[in-house]
Order: sequence, then C-alpha cells, then structure tokens
Amino acid sequence: MALIASPTPTQSLGVFRRPVAATGWRSWVFTVDHKKIGIMYGVVAMFFFLVGGCEALLIRLQLAAPDNTVLSAGLYNEMFTMHATTMVFLFVMPMAAAFANYFLPLQVGARDVAFPRLNALSFWLFLFGGVFLNTSWFLGGAADGGWFMYSPNSSRLFSPSHGIDFWVLGLQIIGIASLVSSINLIVTVLNMRAPGMKLMNMPVFTWMVLVVQFLLLFALPVITVALFLLSFQRNFGAAFFDVDKGADPLLWQHLFWIFGHPEVYIIILPSFGIISEVLPTFARKPLFGYKFVVFSGAAIGFVGWGVWAHHMFASGLGPVSVAVFSVATMLIAIPTGVKICNWTLTLWGGKLWFSTAMMFAIGVIVLFTIGGLSGVTHAVAPADTQQTDTYHIVGHFHYVIVGGAVMGLFAGFYYWWPKVFGKLLNERLGKWNFWLMFFGVNLTFAPMHILGMQGQPRRMVVWPEKLTGEGFFNLQFWNQIATVGSFLIASGVFMFLVNVVVTAKKAEKAPLDPWDARTLEWMTASPPKEHNFDTIPTVHSLDEFFHRKYEEVDTDKGPRLVKVRSAEEVLAAEEAKADAHIHLPSPSYWPIVLAFGLPVIAYGVIYNLLLSVVGAAILLLGIFGWVLEPSVAEDSDYDPPTGESETKELSSVG
Amino acid sequence: MADIAVHESVTSHDDHGPAAHGSITGISNNKLAMWLFLGSECLLFGGLISTYMLYRGRHGSGVGPAQLFDIPLTSVSSFVLLMSSLTMVLAVNAAKRKDDRNTNLWLAVTGLLGALFVGAQVYEFTAFYHEGVGFTTSLFSSSFFTLTGFHGVHVSIGVIMLLAMVAIISRNKVAGDKAEAVEMIGLYWHFVDVVWVVIFTLVYLIPA
Amino acid sequence: MNTVDEHTEHGHHAHGAEEPHIPKDSYFIKVALWLALLTALETSTYWIHLGGFATPALLIMMTIKFFMIIMIFMHLKFDNKLFSLMFYIGLGLAIFVYCVALSTFQFFAS
Ligand code: HEM
Ligand SMILES: [Cu+2]
Repeated sequence: MALIASPTPTQSLGVFRRPVAATGWRSWVFTVDHKKIGIMYGVVAMFFFLVGGCEALLIRLQLAAPDNTVLSAGLYNEMFTMHATTMVFLFVMPMAAAFANYFLPLQVGARDVAFPRLNALSFWLFLFGGVFLNTSWFLGGAADGGWFMYSPNSSRLFSPSHGIDFWVLGLQIIGIASLVSSINLIVTVLNMRAPGMKLMNMPVFTWMVLVVQFLLLFALPVITVALFLLSFQRNFGAAFFDVDKGADPLLWQHLFWIFGHPEVYIIILPSFGIISEVLPTFARKPLFGYKFVVFSGAAIGFVGWGVWAHHMFASGLGPVSVAVFSVATMLIAIPTGVKICNWTLTLWGGKLWFSTAMMFAIGVIVLFTIGGLSGVTHAVAPADTQQTDTYHIVGHFHYVIVGGAVMGLFAGFYYWWPKVFGKLLNERLGKWNFWLMFFGVNLTFAPMHILGMQGQPRRMVVWPEKLTGEGFFNLQFWNQIATVGSFLIASGVFMFLVNVVVTAKKAEKAPLDPWDARTLEWMTASPPKEHNFDTIPTVHSLDEFFHRKYEEVDTDKGPRLVKVRSAEEVLAAEEAKADAHIHLPSPSYWPIVLAFGLPVIAYGVIYNLLLSVVGAAILLLGIFGWVLEPSVAEDSDYDPPTGESETKELSSVG
Repeated sequence: MADIAVHESVTSHDDHGPAAHGSITGISNNKLAMWLFLGSECLLFGGLISTYMLYRGRHGSGVGPAQLFDIPLTSVSSFVLLMSSLTMVLAVNAAKRKDDRNTNLWLAVTGLLGALFVGAQVYEFTAFYHEGVGFTTSLFSSSFFTLTGFHGVHVSIGVIMLLAMVAIISRNKVAGDKAEAVEMIGLYWHFVDVVWVVIFTLVYLIPA
Repeated sequence: MNTVDEHTEHGHHAHGAEEPHIPKDSYFIKVALWLALLTALETSTYWIHLGGFATPALLIMMTIKFFMIIMIFMHLKFDNKLFSLMFYIGLGLAIFVYCVALSTFQFFAS
C-alpha cells in the first residue's frame, strides 16, 4: 500500500509520539475514527461470514445423501460447533457493531464515540479473538461440543483436544471486546447527543442498538463466569463440572442460557433497528407508532431476562419452573407482535419504493413472522419436548436468524452503502441477491421442520438409508432440497460480493441523498468528513433531516408536506456555519498493542504459562502507554478551509 | 474481566473540558462509564457467589467451610479493607480541594491497607492448602478459591492503580482532571470493598 | 426551540458543570465509625450464638453496610440519579437471575 508522507508527529509530554498518518495502512491500524473502525468491523465480519458459510455448506453436503462420508463424525462435530460460533460471535454481532459504530455517532449528531481509543481496542480484540479461535483448526482440531458447550460433555475426558480451550479463551477475548464497546456506545448515546436530541427524538436504529448494548453489558459477565469455570476446570483441574465429585451439570446450562437468551435479542434487535429506518424511508411516511416500536424494543430487552430456562425444558427442571418459564416465554411474543404490526402499518398506504434495501426489509418481516410463529410453539413445554434437539429447531432458529437478522443486515448494506462509500450498489444485482437469498432461506429451512417432525436429530452426522422412509415425508427428498437451498443462499451472497466489486469499479458517484432519507446521518457529506458535522446540528424533532427538507404548506387541498429544500441546500446551510478548531481525537498505537497481549496470554494458558507472562507484559506496556498518552495531539485540529471566519468556541472532542 | 475499561476512565481526557460539561446530560463520560462497568460487575460477582453458594456443601468427606475458616483472621482483614474505604474517601476529598500532598498520602495509605488485605488472603490460602484443601480438592474448594481469588485479583489491580496514581501525581503527569481520576479509582475501590462486605457475610459468617 | 432543557429527562437536578455537594471529611469519618460498629456486631455472631436469628440479622446488617457504602462513600446519594439507575439495573438483574437460578436447584428449600 502506498505510504504517503505524514506530517511530523507531535511530541507530547516529552515521551510519547502519536501517530498522525492520514493515509496508507497506518491511518487504519492506528485510527480511532469511529467510521474507519466501523468499516474494519464490517470487512472482518464479512470475512467470517464466508468462513461460517463454507462450514454450513460442508454440513449440508454431508447430509445430502444417506450414510454420506464428506465429513468424518469428529469433523462434523467441529463443523457445526464452529459454524454456529463463527456466525453468532464473529459475524452477526460484529456486523451489528460495524453499523453501530459507523452510524450511532452520526445519528445522534456527535463527532465520534465517547471513548475513541477504547473503540479501537474493541475492534482489535475482536479481530485477534476471532483469529485466535480459528487457529484451533490447525492446532489439533476445533471445539466440538456444540455452540452451547454443555457440561460435562465439554470436559477433558470427552473432548481431549485443545479445541474447547481455544473456544473458551477466544470467546473470553471477544467478550471483553463487546463489553468495552457496549460501555462506550451507551455513554455515547446517553451523553453525546446533539442539542435538542431528546431520547424520544432518537432514530429507532439508535434505540435498538442502545437496548442491545445494555443486554451485552449485563449478559456478558454471566458467560464470562461460565467460561472461567470451564477453563479453570480444563486447564487447572478445578472440579466445577466433575460429576464424580457431585457437580451439577445444570449450573453450566443456567449460566449459559442466562446469557444465551439475551444473546438472541442481541442478534435480532440491530436488524429490527435497521428495517425500522428502511421501511419508513421507502414507504415515504413516518414509522407507524414510533413510541410503540421503541417501548416494545425496550420491553423485549427486559422480559428477555426472565425466560432463559425455556432452553432447558428437557433437562428435568421440575414442573413449577417449567410452567413459569413457559408462560414468561409466551409473553415475549406480545412486544414482538407489536413490532410486526407497526412495520406492516408503516407500509400501509405508503408510496412504496421497491429498492433492494426495501425488499430485504420486507423479507425480514415475512421470514421473521414465520420463524416467530414456530418459535411460539416451542414455548409450549410439551410440544417442545417433542421438537427439542431435532432438525425442527434448526429450521426454526434459522428462519429467525437468517431471515430476521442476516436479511436485515443486508437491508442495511444496500441502504447505507452510498453514505459510507459514496456510491450506490447496483440494483439489478441487488435484486438477484435478494431473490436468491429469499428462496434459498425458504428452501433450506422449511424442509428442516418436516425433517425434525420425522425425527431426524440435530447434530447427527448421518441419516441412514434404512431409516429414510417412504413417500412424501421421506428424509432423502427433503434433505436434498435443503442442501440445494443452502447453495442458493450461497449464490445470493456471491451476488453481493460481485456487486461490491462492480460498484467499487464504477466511477459514478451516488447523489447526496439518494433515498430522500429522514435521519441525521444523511445530513453529512458522502462519505462523511472526518469530523462528521461541520457544525453540530440542533435537533428539533424526530426525523430531523426530513423536516429540514419538507415543510407543511397550505394548498387548496389543505395543508401538505412539500419539499422546500434539497439535501444539498440543507447541507450548505450547515457548512456556512462551520466551526473553527474542531478537536479530533488523535490516532494511537496503544489499542492494538494492548489487544495483542490477550491472545498471547491465551496461547500461554494452553501451551506454556511462560508465554502468558510475556502476554501480560505486552498488556501492561499497552496500558501504561495508554495511560500516559495525551489523547489529543496538538496538530490534530481541524479548521474549515474558509478565509477569515471568526474563531468559535472549542467544539467537543467526541 | 474488563478492568482495562478502568484505565480509560481513569485517565481519559478525551472528554474533559468543554466536552464533559457540554454533554447533553451534564455528567462526565468517565463517571458514567465507570458506573456502567460496576453495574456489569454485579453480574460477574453474582455468578461467582451463586456458584459458591450452590457448591459450598459439596466437599465429600473432606474438610468443609465450618472447620476451615479462621473467622478472627478474616474479621480483621475485612476490617482493614473497610477502613481503606475511609482513607479512599479522604483521598478523593483532598483531590477535590486540589491538595496534592494529602491526596497522595491517603492514596498511599489506601494502597497499603489493600496490600495488607491481599497479604492476609495469601496467608489464608496457604494455610488452607496445608490443611489439605487445594484448588482442585472438591467442588467447595474450587468455588471458594475462584470466588475469593477473583476478588483478590480485583483488590490487587486496585492497589496497582492506587500506587500508579501516586506516582503519576507526584510527577505531575496527570493528563486531564486529577480530581476525577482519583474519584474514578475511588469508585472502583469502594465497589471492591462492597463486594467483600457481601462475601464476608455470605461465605464466612452465615453457617453453611 | 433549540434550548430544550434536556436535564429533566434524567431527573437531573442541576445544570451542566455544577458539582454535586459532597460532605466534609468529618461526616465520612462518622459513617466509617458506624460501619466499623456494624462489622463488630457481625463478627460477634461468631461467638454469641443467635440460633435461627443469626442469618436474617447478618443479612440485614450486610444490606445496611452495602447501601451505606454505595450511597455515601460512592456518592450515589449526592450524584446524578443516572448513575444510580445504571448501577441498580445491574444489581437488580443480578439478584433476580441468580436467585431464580438457585431456586431451581431447590437451594432455598433447605
Ligand atoms: C446462511 C446460511 C446458513 C446455513 C445454510 C446454515 C446451516 C446450518 C445447519 C445445516 C445446521 C445444523 C447442524 C446440525 O445440527 O447438524 C446449523 C446449525 C446452526 N447454525 Fe446455521 N446456517 C446458516 C446461517 C447461520 C447463521 C447466520 C447463524 C447465526 C447467526 C447460524 C447459527 C447456527 C446455530 C446456533 C446452529 C446450531 C449449532 C449447534 O447445534 O451447536 N447459522 N446451521
Ligand atoms: Cu431463549
């Protein structure tokens, strides 16, 4: 990569120089800019999506024929464990973090997140944690205990390879990343909003991300405890899950699912937020019942804490517990239903514009409704005892996750691409992308319901010829349909990648406001300037940007909303007021140094504790460098290129 | 697990000056972050405490809590930790008065009391070990050492932060708002103390 | 309209940079004496047997000490209520989920 000469580094406190490169690889590696960090999150998450996708395809290939031998039984176990882990922790969560990082500050009218260096730290921890986790493939085999890693199956006795050690420590690192970023984003939303941006003026995406960060903040420490217990058992001989010594296997299950159920909402709510932005924009009317959507999102966040044991109906909890958790679970359907109604009513009577982003958003409503309905059936404990651990469950949660979360993320790609990269993704390829994925999801996951009711267990490496059965319900036919479907999804994703390349190659720039959008992030240049806003906007209402473009005008048919200003004019008005001396947080070496210490410690725990000492030294070095570093280098002020504009009061650092 | 967050809070000046006071709620980013972190820590210690409560009776024919614990010793060390909270408050108040000398004095005393507590814990652990109760002995011992060990690590990190702060203040290298940095360490310190208040009662005093 | 008072949203009591009122050293010393007294009472249960009374008494004293420290030493009583909210959500959730989990193990039955 080209290295462009950078200005002289600032000498700070006589000791530490700060990196100041504005271009080239250094400008990425040492950046603390939330937008660059957001893009890096996105690229890495996309890479892991392809990894997890390949793992899924291998699983489906193995199950395409009776008594198949594509994967050995051991490898099959590793495959579904790592598929799930990768998809959940290395794709959906970080991809949501990518959107959150990029758009949260823009949507609330801030110049960066509250703690820019911590933000960089989160990203590097996530990247190193993900890479660490996946190196297990080459170091004796990956984790093979299923993504919820039940004890005592996860103990050394049943899984002697280092796979589970990698899994535990990798998730621990990724967990720290998420915890740090949750604190960061909560403070950003609560504290850094532009003047006038009341909580009930915040875009729904911001709201949903806020709820997700609270869920992360309080759910992650629970899995942290569980992971510590497991690694103390595996690496240092503690007794926690040793049944001989009287351990209770349900302890792990409780800890895991106290985290695990909120995790389900952590996965789905960002997508809900995205489509709540996309639907009103392309229906050309405000979101129906904004308050209901916000409150039901918060309600989901709260009630989600009281239902975890519905994952444990088949584990002998006792009748009272089962009844209580069963009813609590059904309650969750209410706020979820409220959302679906609101989205549908947003579409009702709107002038619909079927862009690709819109199609994905509608796809989410359809697929999520299907998945949600089959989910309610699991809340009924007796029905669940029939369905649990069969392919029926696999079908259900993929409708929710792929149909609900992944499709929503794709809606986000198409909607925000012009903002981030200044170019519109190709709509024709986009339609291919959408329809291939939409049909693919249905072909893959609908048959799984049938397979499950026929008794095909999940996590089973083969289905034997002699149990295939006859007629319409035979296993062979539906397994093959599911495999074909999974390749349709893959080709849909391939279309997206092609689209990205095609779009990058074309010269044509996107218009400033291609969708006639409503929220503050569109009131910036495309891509936004490094300091986001020339002047921090003052907010008067929900959908602030829209209301700056449109005003109510009296016509002979009564008052109507008429476009009185173009986006360019709105932006020009802001630029005219540009602040002088905008302090931007300066880049820093320390986040990546600090983050690098953790995987070194983790390798040490597995192989040799001496290595951990080295890792800890790196960590300490990072911390001290960080602490003693002044966070703003003197020459990182931004001044607008205007002539004699009077110097305004220092703007916030962000 | 995420004590790194503390360090940003302690020293970040990303948001002092106009930013902190210009924030829409009028409160400091650092303090808000610290309280969020402490809220999160409640679930961490809650999990460890629950694990202990579940397993405290499971020591087979081996030694259990009732025979093992040395209540007089632990009472003294609990008292020491409690008093370190007082000295911490005095440090915070001195920092608010911009009285560097007393700030440093009380920070150092707090750190010393903390170190004393950790020392007592190390002594306690070795004594238990010699009585045949090691980390791997039983469910009771594993969960006891994990819980109190986690707490001990938190105290140790606190001691390091306190002493580092003393060094930074005496070299006058505090980047940003000194009083707030001290207050931030104080919050962390009191929280660790409050966790011990719970552990002392639930683990040591309430008979199993 | 651009000077909407945001503080009301969080039940905030004062404007921007205003510092909360923090009591003097002597007040904190008094509080510490009370805490010491409570600790002495707690430890005394080791020598003075209260029977079935001990556990509730200990739990009550623990709770009092807990709240004295977070309210006074940690300034929650004087500070912005948003801090209290953030902390109490975590504390409340912790108590709720772990008590429920323990009760499914019949922990409280014994
Ligand atoms: C995009 C196409 C996807 C396909 C074709 C696919 C396919 C599969 C298949 C066939 C299994 C069953 C393995 C077995 O039980 O033997 C599975 C399991 C699973 N998948 Fe996916 N999946 C996809 C995406 C995702 C995504 C995006 C997520 C999560 C964000 C996800 C999460 C899981 C989980 C949690 C399991 C359960 C693993 C276990 O039993 O431990 N999948 N997937
Ligand atoms: Cu659940």
